[in-house]
Amino acid sequence: MAIPEYWREIKHRYKLEAGKCKSCGYIVFPMRLICPKCQNQDFDSINLSREGTLITYSVIRVASSRFVNQAPFAVGIVELKEGVRILSQITDCNINELKSGMKMQVEFRRIFDDGSSGVINYGYKCVPM
Amino acid sequence: MTGIVSYASYVPRYRIKVEDIAAQWGFDATVIKKGLFVQEKSVPAPDQDTITMSVEAARRAVFGGGIDPETIQAVYVGSESHPYAVKPTGTTVAEAIGATPDAHCADFEFACKAGSEAMFVTLNMVEAQQMSYALAIGADTSQGAPGDALEYTASAGAAAFIMGKEQPVAECLETYSHMSDTPDFWRREHEFYPQHAGRFTGEPAYFKHVLNCANFIMKKTGLQASDFGYAVFHQPNGKFPLRAGKKLGFTEDQLKQGLLCPYIGNTYSGSSPLGLAAVLDVAKPGDLILMVSYGSGAGSDGFVWRVTKDIEKMRKKILYTWDQIHGEKFYLDYGQYAKFRGKIRSNAS
Ligand SMILES: [Zn+2]
Repeated sequence: MAIPEYWREIKHRYKLEAGKCKSCGYIVFPMRLICPKCQNQDFDSINLSREGTLITYSVIRVASSRFVNQAPFAVGIVELKEGVRILSQITDCNINELKSGMKMQVEFRRIFDDGSSGVINYGYKCVPM
Repeated sequence: MTGIVSYASYVPRYRIKVEDIAAQWGFDATVIKKGLFVQEKSVPAPDQDTITMSVEAARRAVFGGGIDPETIQAVYVGSESHPYAVKPTGTTVAEAIGATPDAHCADFEFACKAGSEAMFVTLNMVEAQQMSYALAIGADTSQGAPGDALEYTASAGAAAFIMGKEQPVAECLETYSHMSDTPDFWRREHEFYPQHAGRFTGEPAYFKHVLNCANFIMKKTGLQASDFGYAVFHQPNGKFPLRAGKKLGFTEDQLKQGLLCPYIGNTYSGSSPLGLAAVLDVAKPGDLILMVSYGSGAGSDGFVWRVTKDIEKMRKKILYTWDQIHGEKFYLDYGQYAKFRGKIRSNAS
């Protein structure tokens, strides 16, 4: 990931910053310029809650080069309390014991780094509660 | 009065037992466990480092204290394992908890004393009325060289303290620091593992500074060991803090609540701060707590804390330290541990 791209996404990757439409209340994550429900362009900035439910997941056994050291690992769709669904790695777990419907909490983790000399990319991952 | 308005800790979920490390190198685990008074140690997950654990501890403290993160004016992180050699830990932590941009960030480093150093500075910034809230964190993912005695104890954890003047949960009655140039433990630039001076790390290093610091701060405050509810000392192993405590006149009952090393190892900059967090989890209003850190190189920071009635409400909202230590754990064998800690050469790393 290019550094400017990582930097632009810091607010939603670090703080789960989302936009709540001032007109219809729809929540966009990450933030957008136009509400997909009502085309309004005014949003309140909110931070999503750090608890949710695992909807579904998949186990990655053959990972891309950046994630080779982490394989096998799970990637899941987690629905947060606000109803927003996020795609996230699931960490600190036994991948054989994951089940849809499990309660999850969001933690701050390293996502990947550009080798041992590049920038470290941080963001959110989910951990079973 | 200035003090801790909120606090919290973070202990990783992975552990390795002394038996597994000893077996790898052909040593007798019984002898090591008895010598160091350590059973097992915490291990950070491969996607954790000082920054991620600092963020988790800090978020818990912000939530526990019900503090608006935008009012936190300093984020000071003490560690000997800052993820970057050049690029601050503090800015990432401040950004993640929502304290930016109106905050002062600094990274502290002083072997195992960096956490209490951040606590000392934040307390004084608040006391000098330069800031209303200031956040101090002690965190480490320390490494011991394979086969070295430090490998049985070098572990990971973080503790965060928000200092302020309004309704502190523990007031700081006194501080005292005791320093000297003592080369007992070090790591040169670009070296991966630290080195130490063996037995020299004991009497002229750890005990001299910890005992002098404790004796001086008790003299300064006119307090005796029996006046305290609890005492917490830096924990490079399980034995040193017990021996130091007993020399100062403390009983095992005063020491055991804050003695975490036997179950999680030496969390370095997190060590005495995590011990203090564990004590604050159970202390009663009015209890006095003595805390003395130690960092090689060398020096000790001493604090006398008095717990207030406001602690009951605040700590209801955080995860207790001992509950994290005894909570869900994943045990690693030596091979998994070596992979987790980047001790294996491969083409992928
Ligand atoms: Zn809308």
